[in-house]
Amino acid sequence: MRRLLVLLPLALFIGLGLFLWNGIGKDTNTIPSPLLNKPMPSFALTSLYDESRVVSAADIKGPALLNVWATWCPTCKQEHAQLNKIAQEEGVTIYGVNYKDDRAKAKVWLEKYLDPYALNVFDPEGKLGLDLGVYGAPETYIIDAQGIIRYKHVGEVNQRVWEQLRAEMQKLGAN
Amino acid sequence: MRALLAVMLLLCAGVAQAAIDTYEFNDEATRERFTALAAELRCPKCQNQNIADSNSPIAKDLRDELHRMLETGASDDEIVDFMVTRYGEFVLYRPRMSNQTYLLWYGPAALLVIGIVVVLVVSGKRKSKAGAKGDSGLSEQEQQRLDELLKQDKDQ
Repeated sequence: MRRLLVLLPLALFIGLGLFLWNGIGKDTNTIPSPLLNKPMPSFALTSLYDESRVVSAADIKGPALLNVWATWCPTCKQEHAQLNKIAQEEGVTIYGVNYKDDRAKAKVWLEKYLDPYALNVFDPEGKLGLDLGVYGAPETYIIDAQGIIRYKHVGEVNQRVWEQLRAEMQKLGAN
Repeated sequence: MRALLAVMLLLCAGVAQAAIDTYEFNDEATRERFTALAAELRCPKCQNQNIADSNSPIAKDLRDELHRMLETGASDDEIVDFMVTRYGEFVLYRPRMSNQTYLLWYGPAALLVIGIVVVLVVSGKRKSKAGAKGDSGLSEQEQQRLDELLKQDKDQ
């Protein structure tokens, strides 16, 4: 019994060491989203191209990607070519949320860099962004056939991230 | 010179104040609630700042939302729930009690209790050992010899 007590500090030290070591190198910038496995929040906003057309959550039909973007966001520019590729070559539906942006600027951008989006929701005040828990554009969500949010990626969608997203989408499709 | 310095300091203070106070409230109590909540809600983008401190756009949005909710008469719990359903438990600087946070809340107290118990047990053992052997510092053989000598002394 006493011998075990002597070993107790060592055991505690090793336990604490392992616990802390486990945390090293983890990305502290991504925070788990509480919206996972919840339906898309309801909204009533206009389409980016057509000011008179009101779009709502019913217009977002999965399985699809939902991409939050803006012209003021440099990373959005970086990932744009990849989104074009996903939409054109792989035929994946991508919905856009134009987040706290200027309508005219966004239209010019899409003309210049091509438009991968099936539909673009214009969210100038970031209301939908707030309901989605957006904290840094670009953010990309996977919406399943029932309109449930299944996955969230914060940051650029590059080839590596897309492969991950595609695997997630295939998993959903198989279920 | 000193007066000039004082004036300059006062000017600086005025400017700093102006950058923060842009909200108007119905009454002083609401203002206090705003200050308290803004200090306790964490900015999701700049993680070591609360939304009152941070200059990031998202913190500004959350302050606006907080102000709007306070003006419409939402309770503190409603506001905290609103933030948590969107940004997760993460936004709370003081996490709520749940089976995920028991370790966080009770861990330090538990460690303190364990520490006190260990100290008491160890010191208790030392005392009882010292009591059994006496303070003479003699080995068993020496003690026996001492007892014999003392007995002899008594016999004579």
